[in-house]
Amino acid sequence: MSEYIEHDIDGISVGIVEKKFFTFSDPPGEMTLESGSRIGPVTIAYETYGELDRDRQNAVLIMHALTGDSHVAGYYSPDDKKPGWWDIMVGPGKGIDTEKYFVICSNILGSCMGSTGPNTTNPLTGRAYGHDFPVVTITDMVRAQKRLLEHLGIEKLLAVIGGSIGGMQLLEWCVRYPDMVTAAIPLATTTKHSALAIAFNEVARQAIMADPNWNNGDYYEGERPDTGLAVARMIGHITYLSDEAMRRKFGRRLQGKSDFSFNFGADFQIESYLRYQGTKFVERFDANSFLYITKAADYYNLGRHYGGGSLVEAFSKTRAKFLVVSFTSDWLYPTYQSKKMVQAMKKNGLDVSFCEIEAQWGHDAFLLPSERLTSLLKGFLDRVYTEDPQR
Amino acid sequence: MSTQKILSDKIRFDLQIIASWIEPNAKVLDLGCGEGDLLVMLKNNKRVNGTGIEHNEARVARCIENGLTVLQGDINEEVQDYPENSFDYVILSQTLQQVYEPADLIRSILRIGKKCVVSFPNFSHWQVRWQLLMSGYAPVTRQLPYEWYNTPNIRVMTLKDFRKFSKTVGFRILKEAAISIQNRKGKTVQFLHNLRATYGIFLIGK
Repeated sequence: MSEYIEHDIDGISVGIVEKKFFTFSDPPGEMTLESGSRIGPVTIAYETYGELDRDRQNAVLIMHALTGDSHVAGYYSPDDKKPGWWDIMVGPGKGIDTEKYFVICSNILGSCMGSTGPNTTNPLTGRAYGHDFPVVTITDMVRAQKRLLEHLGIEKLLAVIGGSIGGMQLLEWCVRYPDMVTAAIPLATTTKHSALAIAFNEVARQAIMADPNWNNGDYYEGERPDTGLAVARMIGHITYLSDEAMRRKFGRRLQGKSDFSFNFGADFQIESYLRYQGTKFVERFDANSFLYITKAADYYNLGRHYGGGSLVEAFSKTRAKFLVVSFTSDWLYPTYQSKKMVQAMKKNGLDVSFCEIEAQWGHDAFLLPSERLTSLLKGFLDRVYTEDPQR
Repeated sequence: MSTQKILSDKIRFDLQIIASWIEPNAKVLDLGCGEGDLLVMLKNNKRVNGTGIEHNEARVARCIENGLTVLQGDINEEVQDYPENSFDYVILSQTLQQVYEPADLIRSILRIGKKCVVSFPNFSHWQVRWQLLMSGYAPVTRQLPYEWYNTPNIRVMTLKDFRKFSKTVGFRILKEAAISIQNRKGKTVQFLHNLRATYGIFLIGK
């Protein structure tokens, strides 16, 4: 996902928030991963907003996408320049109302925003894991989140909400821990990557691994593979937009010049935009995390994992109420993929609503201000909150 | 303006009739549910477990915002995904006249629903007949407010046609109501149905 960190135009915010950490699976009780590898200790960075009500029935878990973090909303300090990545949606009176719900978001296992990942120190060597970090899967990420919820004393989630790779974690939650999830809102997501999605990820990974500084993932004490990571990010940004979005936003306009420079500088605005996004990204993200998380997303296949190849069988394990949302111009996870999961839910008699939002901004649309999306989330959450028999 | 729009100004009489036929706590699928007027009524008065299908994004969104379970999609395709007898009632309100393959759709809804409610504007109402007879132009009435070139109502049928259709397709008519809505007031038509009803409502079964 892109960085669309926007201040709320009305200035409404959840306020000052704090990033917290939870560490578990200390050796010798390491966490066994899906691959069979073991890892420990594991730290998960997380944030919470709002108050957990007395009967602990108003918890909402938000799951971030590829490059996101636990910082969904609010500010770390009064002079913090940027709010969290979904500040427009999460806060008092917003789509996900922090006056009503207890909102939790954690950084995924394998990332680099506070949770254990390849840039974490390996207790066995005293150096960063680098390429020794075991391959983690979406299942592993969700199992780590489950540990965090146990730590927070939450046995029931009113709703899980996630877009893109966050949506995959959400689906995993629904089939793996069906008794814990009352409702789910998968946004712009899929039950498995298409060849197109894997192809883009592979090119992005190749860009990182072709950077001599990558050094087989062992670069934390020297130069970093910034060029490779920047190119990987540029590829990502192409997949997050759409033909229409790029035509509207950039067209063939030139950047700060009236004619071609007849060299390989950035002539076109789109070139300049992608370069800027790439350069900015390397300041905040770790190349190895990019490799691990994209691989986890490519491996994910809900139907194969839980249904012997049948999505209908996989969804028979869940009892959540769903609101599935896709966006017309999303070519990374097109609407037909959302419809496939909706179909499987219907075949299981699940309570499912589906809306395809007309949007020109491609995959990124789920992060952009949208009254439609806000009111959908608000209405659906209101309903499941009211209907919840436990309350 | 669609027939739906005109009628939704008040609580639609035809929807009240339909609602009166639905058993409490039933599982209901409303095809072409619009902004969910009927589903809201059924949810509030009959505590039904309702689902709607609607093509238009804005209407779908309105339904979901109001706490309904609604799927955006084409009714002909969406009905295919449900297992047999998934619903106690499938409702096809004011939509059959806009369907390209009515027989296929009726078979589909009878597969997924134990009973179905079908309602449509009656094309043999005396005003329609009178207009055609006297003016020679394709009729335009309050219930059928379109010109021949812009009407979504591609199937014109009468109450008698539907009864004949039940024999052709092979389904049972369990109950029927002939209603007349004029100047936003609705009443049940007691005699000369085919001539005096503006709408027909049928409860059908296998």
